[in-house]
Amino acid sequence: MNQQSSSYFDVIHPGILTTIQDLGRYGQSHLGLTSGGPADKQAFLWANRLLNNAENCPVLEVNFGGLKLIAKTATTIAVTGANAPLTINGHSKDSWRSHRVNPDDEIEIGFATQGCRAYLAVVAGLLVESQFNSVSTVIREKVGGMNGGSLKAGDHLFYEPSPKQPLYALYANDIPRYANSLTVRVVTGYQYDLFERSELAKFFSNEYQVSAQYDRMGYRLNGPAIQSNISQLLSEGICNGAIQVPPDGQPIVLSVDRQTIGGYPKLGSVLSLDLDLLMQTSQGAKVHFEPISIHYAHTLLHLAKAKYTDTKLIKVAL
Amino acid sequence: MQQVVHYPQIEIAGEGAVIIYLDKVASNTTIKKISQLKHSIARVLADSVVELVPSYASLLVIFDPIKTDYYAVKKVLSALLEEDTSEIESTHKTIELPVYYSLESGPDLQSLANRSGLSVEDVIEIHQKTIYHVYAIGFAPGFAFLGEVDKRIACPRLASPRAKVAKGSVGIADRQTAIYPNVSPGGWNLIGLCPQTLFDPNVAPYLTYQVGDSVKFDAITRDEFLALGGKL
Repeated sequence: MNQQSSSYFDVIHPGILTTIQDLGRYGQSHLGLTSGGPADKQAFLWANRLLNNAENCPVLEVNFGGLKLIAKTATTIAVTGANAPLTINGHSKDSWRSHRVNPDDEIEIGFATQGCRAYLAVVAGLLVESQFNSVSTVIREKVGGMNGGSLKAGDHLFYEPSPKQPLYALYANDIPRYANSLTVRVVTGYQYDLFERSELAKFFSNEYQVSAQYDRMGYRLNGPAIQSNISQLLSEGICNGAIQVPPDGQPIVLSVDRQTIGGYPKLGSVLSLDLDLLMQTSQGAKVHFEPISIHYAHTLLHLAKAKYTDTKLIKVAL
Repeated sequence: MQQVVHYPQIEIAGEGAVIIYLDKVASNTTIKKISQLKHSIARVLADSVVELVPSYASLLVIFDPIKTDYYAVKKVLSALLEEDTSEIESTHKTIELPVYYSLESGPDLQSLANRSGLSVEDVIEIHQKTIYHVYAIGFAPGFAFLGEVDKRIACPRLASPRAKVAKGSVGIADRQTAIYPNVSPGGWNLIGLCPQTLFDPNVAPYLTYQVGDSVKFDAITRDEFLALGGKL
């Protein structure tokens, strides 16, 4: 870590839950370590892209808001994700674009009104020592980020000093929309064929609500209970977005901080593009599930990738 | 709904994940096959596989769905599964771990003995006589699920889990046993303490065992436990 550098953000208010994330920690499941990474990968990628950063640069994931930083030297930042008031020295600024900050500027991200996770990136990424090939913070495992935990007041977040560079913004049409009512697509799989057809019909035709238990590990939903006759399932590997059905029948969509293995029956997994949007919802959000084939899922992913690559940014005046 | 299932089976798990089921039940042979298969897949699909999660009788294969696709992955996996794996390479280790079994280090030892109709000494003897196999690593970093515990000392989880289980605690849940690598909540029946650090994210080597390895426990005395750095 660049402890000698005088370029850093001084954390004045850490916010409710702010962590450092890169794309995640892979190839470490033999240690029982989960992936971590951004809960909303699309918003994370845009934050780095607005600065012309490499894809995997470490950024701040600001859950719910309440962050206040002071920049010690000039740099350029970009903020994406949840609709939360962004101010620099008290002046309101737009998200989904980059901003120049000067020495002693105060950067604040207030509380989110739509969506719940914002991303703050800095040119060339935050300088953080990686653990097991990633800086992603997984608090439950005490791994990554700032000593395995969330930001605390007084923390110093180092970055490379950077010269002025053009500023960019996303066209309004390209900005993801976070809604309190959404349909998420599900690639059916795992024990799907072992559920009764009537139970599957129930799951895919009813509305579920995000319960009070929603975090980076998973979203527990409330709605018509799904029965399963599947007993004695051996614990097995869980992928991102997997939908597990515990004995009470209330589905849980598992996400980036999930445990790597588990023994509840699963219906399949939420399409990553929709999981990003689900992870921006909070308690009370209404969710419908729609089954899709693996074939269609692959098509959607390739199209989304093509669109992302092709999206042009607006160059804004310095 | 009873269906006849033939193993191995390859099922879709997600947009970029398939799960291979090698058997309905866990066994030493199956877990060693899974461990071997994991290494083969890591070699053959090195460019597109991002994570491999072995557990009991299955192996989850997570791949990059932009670099490859379900059909291509399934084809490679099917071919690998058809290869003769009757010759299991003996790359698996046996790890010996010291355990201080006692009433002071194992708060559930007495109740487990009472429940099983055995003496405390018998429970210790039975637990450390068995050679266990690492069926899975998960729940918490470094937490290894070891099987199978002798039926006589098998015991269901506590009705209400402890908020805080000491680092190194050796527990039994049904026919599984495990050591808690770090302080965590937990509902297993605790019968002893291991003085060795099993997983510390800041100190390499991070973990001495892998899925497929074998573990043997050796009973040690209180003095030996303390000499090895154990804390009570």
